[in-house]
Amino acid sequence: MDNVTLRVFRGDASGGAEHDYEVPTFPGMVVLDAIHYIQAHHDSTLSCRWNCKAGKCGSCSAEINGKPRLLCKARVRDYTTDNAPIVVHPLKAFPLIKDLVTDVSWNFRVSEKIAPFTPAADAPKPFVMQQMDVDRIQEFRKCIECFLCQDVCHILRDHNRKDSFYGPRQLIKLANLDMHPYDSLERRKMMHEEAGIGFCNITKCCTEVCPEHIHLTDNGIIPLKERVADIYFDPLMWLSRKLMGKK
Amino acid sequence: MEAYDTYEHDVLVIGAGGAGLRATIAAAEAGLNVGVVCKSLLGKAHTVMAEGGIAGALANLDKKDSWQVHFMDTMRGGAFLNNWRTVELLAKEAPERVLELERYGAVFDRTPGGLIMQRPFGGHTYRRLNHVGDRTGLELLRTLQDRAVATGMKCYMEVAITRLLKDGDRVVGAFGYYRETGRFLVVKARAVILATGGWGRMYQVTSNSHDSVGDGAILAYDAGAELMDMEMVQFHPTGMIWPPGVRGILVTEGVRGEGGVLRNAKGERFMFDPKYTPPAYRGRHAETEEEAARWLEDKDNNRPPPELLPRDVTSRAIYREVLAGNGTEHGGVYLDITHRDPELVKRKLPSMYEQFHALGDVDITKQAMEVGPTIHYTMGGVRAEPDTCATTVPGLFTAGEVACGVHGANRLGGNALCDLLVFGKRAGEAAAQYAQTATHGTIDETQIREESEILLAPFESSGTENPYLLTQELQAAMQEGAMIARTEEGLSQCLSQVLELQRRAKNLHIDGSRLFNPGWHTAREIRFMLKISEIIVRCALERRESRGAQWRTDYPDPDPEWAGKNLIATKDGDAVKITTRPVPQIPAELAQLFEGAK
Repeated sequence: MDNVTLRVFRGDASGGAEHDYEVPTFPGMVVLDAIHYIQAHHDSTLSCRWNCKAGKCGSCSAEINGKPRLLCKARVRDYTTDNAPIVVHPLKAFPLIKDLVTDVSWNFRVSEKIAPFTPAADAPKPFVMQQMDVDRIQEFRKCIECFLCQDVCHILRDHNRKDSFYGPRQLIKLANLDMHPYDSLERRKMMHEEAGIGFCNITKCCTEVCPEHIHLTDNGIIPLKERVADIYFDPLMWLSRKLMGKK
Repeated sequence: MEAYDTYEHDVLVIGAGGAGLRATIAAAEAGLNVGVVCKSLLGKAHTVMAEGGIAGALANLDKKDSWQVHFMDTMRGGAFLNNWRTVELLAKEAPERVLELERYGAVFDRTPGGLIMQRPFGGHTYRRLNHVGDRTGLELLRTLQDRAVATGMKCYMEVAITRLLKDGDRVVGAFGYYRETGRFLVVKARAVILATGGWGRMYQVTSNSHDSVGDGAILAYDAGAELMDMEMVQFHPTGMIWPPGVRGILVTEGVRGEGGVLRNAKGERFMFDPKYTPPAYRGRHAETEEEAARWLEDKDNNRPPPELLPRDVTSRAIYREVLAGNGTEHGGVYLDITHRDPELVKRKLPSMYEQFHALGDVDITKQAMEVGPTIHYTMGGVRAEPDTCATTVPGLFTAGEVACGVHGANRLGGNALCDLLVFGKRAGEAAAQYAQTATHGTIDETQIREESEILLAPFESSGTENPYLLTQELQAAMQEGAMIARTEEGLSQCLSQVLELQRRAKNLHIDGSRLFNPGWHTAREIRFMLKISEIIVRCALERRESRGAQWRTDYPDPDPEWAGKNLIATKDGDAVKITTRPVPQIPAELAQLFEGAK
């Protein structure tokens, strides 16, 4: 079959440049296959994270022609309609380690701050929940933590507000916990004050890049914004909750 | 000798898949200081690829289910090569571990009554697989990850352990390097838990992750532990086969659990052919397509379709169909679920729908899938005591796919995930108990120097061997000689190829620096893969019979002589020493269960 040119960013924190590699193609080939070919035949030092090569682990996140993608789910033929090279760069929102590998440790540090699921002591054993009660959180739990949504979010990508915004991935994690029928923790304060949900202005870029097709904005972030607004911006609601002793 | 970082923990867990994280939680809850090392980022372990479900006899749908039936199903599925006590613990404790996982935050699919939904699977008498669509492994791992992180454990991400450190007979720590910087580190521990998963990457067609190279088994072997039943490698009947870019990717057994049928290129439901049903399973499955269709609606009064025979049986049947000329265009068979409601398919099998749609240009609600066997799981591994998960080396415990004892000659679907939870917890508790009385050992600089020299040699070598190409040659040799149908001739040839590759691996050369260098990483992993391949092939040569996953076409029948023997492999200098050991005899009260079931 035909060859394709990959134009891959090579370098580290001190700088770098694009390099071109010729790679033979085969049916069903994904961009990660092309990276593997380069490692085996052109340069064994080309750094790239990967693990499952089946779209399930979320390791091989990168940017193809400027768009965040999983390399293992990006079909080469989708990029060969013209004769231009396939340009592969590391995620832009995170510090570069080397070539296609970036330092995504910030995501883990933020995630650690979110208290895990905590059922009330008197929650029934076993839990009794209807499917319709868990449909929405199951959608959020499909997340494979590829961090493409974090990469594309302009609050992190362009404004680097990692100091005050947790990003779509962690908001979805909070949504999943907050909407669990048996979670007993009050999480809205964290959403508002620490996670910075107010920063999100609903451009839905995160939803567009999600390889699991999670409706982050519509099903997760917007309902969370409403929940936060209930408590912070509606004095009547606030007072009635206070008086009724509800969270 | 260059400087290295040193850390100290009460318990060190190597591997952050399901078993490693469940062990971490158990050891941390015992009040100990726990360190966890993983080769990838946290949360990327191979566990996330488990799809169909986690076995546990909760009897939410089929009231007749019980731990006793789960016990019998697992022993029968493993061709009775399993350790009965390990299986007893698995069957008894799995339901409790599943409910505990739910209380940790896992959100399973629900029954109409609001309980955990269960689906049928190969070799399980009743609906027993607790599941979340077809992404149960991800649910299990993410839940354990959040819980483990909350214990305050220290996680060393992207660290490769390449050697266990010993003080006399005892394991007292581990040595390795940070993948990011290439810098060396030593982690001292009073007890070490090995939870490094299985090994499928030495085959060309595999559903396994990049990390599944068997390094853990060889770390234990080098430290003096016993490896058992290493010839038992599971070929999952349904992997994707076309296009080549996706070859080997798993197609969950859940497709058949939800009613998917297997057909050859002539359109025949070949699994109904009686020649494919082994004696132990006669009379347990539907014998007509009509009965199989009725089973979809009424599971109490009909037997399940023969597509739900255990994996070893189904894989062999597919292989034989293709060999007989009944294969599809690309050398597989069809798996068809188009007769089911498209919305149900998308809801119950969302990953399958997505993976065929995105990677194979197939809409599984409208078109049949082309599938064939793919390397999936390794039943063999480091021999572990049933109750404590202790290995034969003091201070070293093991759980999950790297350990051996529970699955015998063939694993049933769904039994891997409950294995992780049941024995992860047990390993964590036993290691914690051991660590409470053990002192820290002395770190021997000689061992560190030896290992760092091995690691750095390919940088300095004048050799010309490329680690990637060597890996590909090994994969080709194993695929050819140690696959589903094995013969003395094929295995012997494979062995000599593996030994030749081991010789050539001494001349590996790599370029570049130690900074996140995948070539360097591959250079160390290929040595583990070469050793484990040698052990698999030697054991497969030794067992001159067919049992479970081991199908010797030159010895096509089970041999009563071999029925009672496990194969043990230990390190004897540079040689692999292979001996047999009697399979522990099932005590009378458990043996009676099988009498009653007849």
